Amino acid sequence: MNITIDVNGTKMEAKKGETVLNVLNDNGIQVPTLCHIKSMFPTGSCRMCVVEDIISDKLITSCSAVAEDGMKILTHSPRVTEARKVIVELLLSNHPDDCLYCVRNGNCELQGLAEELCVTERRIQGRKNKLPIDNSSVSIMRDPEKCILCGRCVRVCEEVMGVACIDFSKRGSRTVVSTAFDKGMNTSSCVNCGQCIMVCPTGALTEQNHFTGIREALTDPSKTVVVQYAPAISVSIAEEFGMEPGIDIAGIMNAALRKIGFDYVFDTSFAADLTIMEESNELIKRINENRNLPLITSCCPAWVKYAEEFVPELLPNISTCKSPQQMAGAIIKSYFAKQKNISKEDIYSVSIMPCTAKKFEAQREEMTNKGISDVDAVLTTREFVKFVKLFGINMHEIESETADSPLGIRTTAGKIFGASGGVAEAAIRTAYYMLTGDELVQFKIPELRGFKGQKETRLKIGDLEIGVAVVNGLANAKKLLDEIKAGRDDIHFIEIMACPGGCVGGGGQPVNMDEKAVKERIKSLYRIDDTESIKVSHKNPDVIILYNEFLGKPLGKKSHELLHTGFKKREVII
Amino acid sequence: MNDTTEQILVKYKNADRDSLIPILQEIQEVEGWLSEKMLTSVGRHLDMPVSKVYGVATFYNQFRFQPKGRFHIQVCRGTACHVLGSATVLEEIKKHLKIDVDETTKDGLFSLEIVACIGTCGLAPVININGNFHARVTTDSLRDIIESYRVQNNN
Ligand code: SF4
Ligand code: SF4
Ligand code: SF4
Ligand code: FES
Repeated sequence: MNITIDVNGTKMEAKKGETVLNVLNDNGIQVPTLCHIKSMFPTGSCRMCVVEDIISDKLITSCSAVAEDGMKILTHSPRVTEARKVIVELLLSNHPDDCLYCVRNGNCELQGLAEELCVTERRIQGRKNKLPIDNSSVSIMRDPEKCILCGRCVRVCEEVMGVACIDFSKRGSRTVVSTAFDKGMNTSSCVNCGQCIMVCPTGALTEQNHFTGIREALTDPSKTVVVQYAPAISVSIAEEFGMEPGIDIAGIMNAALRKIGFDYVFDTSFAADLTIMEESNELIKRINENRNLPLITSCCPAWVKYAEEFVPELLPNISTCKSPQQMAGAIIKSYFAKQKNISKEDIYSVSIMPCTAKKFEAQREEMTNKGISDVDAVLTTREFVKFVKLFGINMHEIESETADSPLGIRTTAGKIFGASGGVAEAAIRTAYYMLTGDELVQFKIPELRGFKGQKETRLKIGDLEIGVAVVNGLANAKKLLDEIKAGRDDIHFIEIMACPGGCVGGGGQPVNMDEKAVKERIKSLYRIDDTESIKVSHKNPDVIILYNEFLGKPLGKKSHELLHTGFKKREVII
Repeated sequence: MNDTTEQILVKYKNADRDSLIPILQEIQEVEGWLSEKMLTSVGRHLDMPVSKVYGVATFYNQFRFQPKGRFHIQVCRGTACHVLGSATVLEEIKKHLKIDVDETTKDGLFSLEIVACIGTCGLAPVININGNFHARVTTDSLRDIIESYRVQNNN
């Protein structure tokens, strides 16, 4: 049966079971929402999305109301807009009037709603929230005074990440979102993925800012300041500078970073190629020895922390490879330092990551060498965009430049790391070559690509048949790992990324991104893979030189010292 | 794990989240309060994140998260007491002891709780300390009452 509803006097078709909000959005009508997260079950708790149901003469929440045949809806009648306005005024009544000093100034949803609904005076006086900032985590900062209790962070943390380290506590006017016992984030099971930041409408959640240290280093003549950027970055920021969403602007970034004052600009994708060299050899070794299978990737620090807390029994399965960020960091402060004859104390190493968990990873004790960190500071994509603007750089007016050697050349295998499935695909390309001596005829593994939460395939490599699984979103990982723990043994290699869609959808990316934007970035990465010629990590000329001149062989002594690490069980409040 | 908690949890074998509140009530009944350890054990037992256990527990007024003090002060906030100034009484106690409702002083001597009418409206505003009623308290008499308990403790 077809369902037709009348919206502001126009007839609209609806599918059975579809929410009113969906119908409205599909027909180009925007209704403000706060508690609602697309693709999740509506909770209908904030009432921001109310519309007028003429037949019942009531205001209904469009995000949770199901469209029924014959419904008559008004979306912007005076009654509706006044109701929405009062909700915003109530939210503002205890909100700190801090907009000018807030990280979200200019892209805060609450601010946007106040403007949209013409809130121009304070009609409702409330007692201001007085709650301390939680500054305990090295990645995530929580300012409960700015929290409007929409609950999105709580839901994402539980439903997408399966972590659930935050929830509503207390009640009535004292309700807050907090960790267990209100202890700081640092002792909670938070894996630093930053997905809560991505959904927070206000400045209540943000990353720990690393600006100051970097600015100091940039002005310190005794420091050589180097920067690396992750594979996902160059396809994620074009729209922030008014360019076409998703396009690759690596060349422009290189130039901009030099203008800011970085002495050397490196591409983390080079280190992704290096990771593949080590990891595919590790895979082959484990298959040969039939030990600690499936091999699980270690590039995602949010996943690694999750494993240390929730599934320590699987730690022996996790690859001992450091992540590309940390491999690049280690090579910069050893090989590169030696090449340029700079002492590693004088190198300040910055990375630009789509990720908040990388801030945590960079300060892990395992990621230091004799007390010196491999990576000194981490900027998220968001911070990087601000940095470029702070330095007054016009991205439209600069000529593309190439990255610096020896970490400047990358293959497309290293580049596709940014998308969920990319690491697995790159690893298989190289493992195939290592095992058979031939290159794959077909490099693409479509089964492992795309936005789906869990992907699997079986592949023949010589006489070997291996099972490969790719998951993104730690709640999806948990499902697969439960199967593995229960004895499932047909999978040899698992790629796990915490963020939906992989790092292109990372918690350090520009906020307000939607699935469409993430898909554009994924497309862009694979377009690069289609158009460029070196598609396998083992053919990266600089990687080959690095092994010949410095590292020896993959999994060799030097590699072990610089590129590998270990993980241990972590006691936190779960 | 705490013994009492363990004994109670044993009784709730295979229980799910629905048993959370009865379990918490039972533990508090015996222990007088709920510690972080106890809440964590309950979470593990029910396969529930501790953040959720804490969230539910703090939602309800009936649960305490600090052990009671040696002297437990109940302030009546029923209608009669309210009319005769129990709000001021409460504020005065908080100020004097430097604690909030449902908290315990650092030395473990005093704890503070709000109760609804305790049926002695003739004595309003009334407070009850370890079972002893103190009638028609004023901000002045309050200090004396509290200090007399402190003296009692020192003897
Ligand atoms: S960073 Fe990730 S794990 Fe931590 S609170 Fe946010 S969503 Fe949860
Ligand atoms: S911290 Fe942000 S996302 Fe979480 S409830 Fe508060 S306003 Fe919503
Ligand atoms: S998926 Fe990528 S962006 Fe997200 S936490 Fe992991 S490494 Fe960081
Ligand atoms: S968005 Fe619909 S009730 Fe919150």
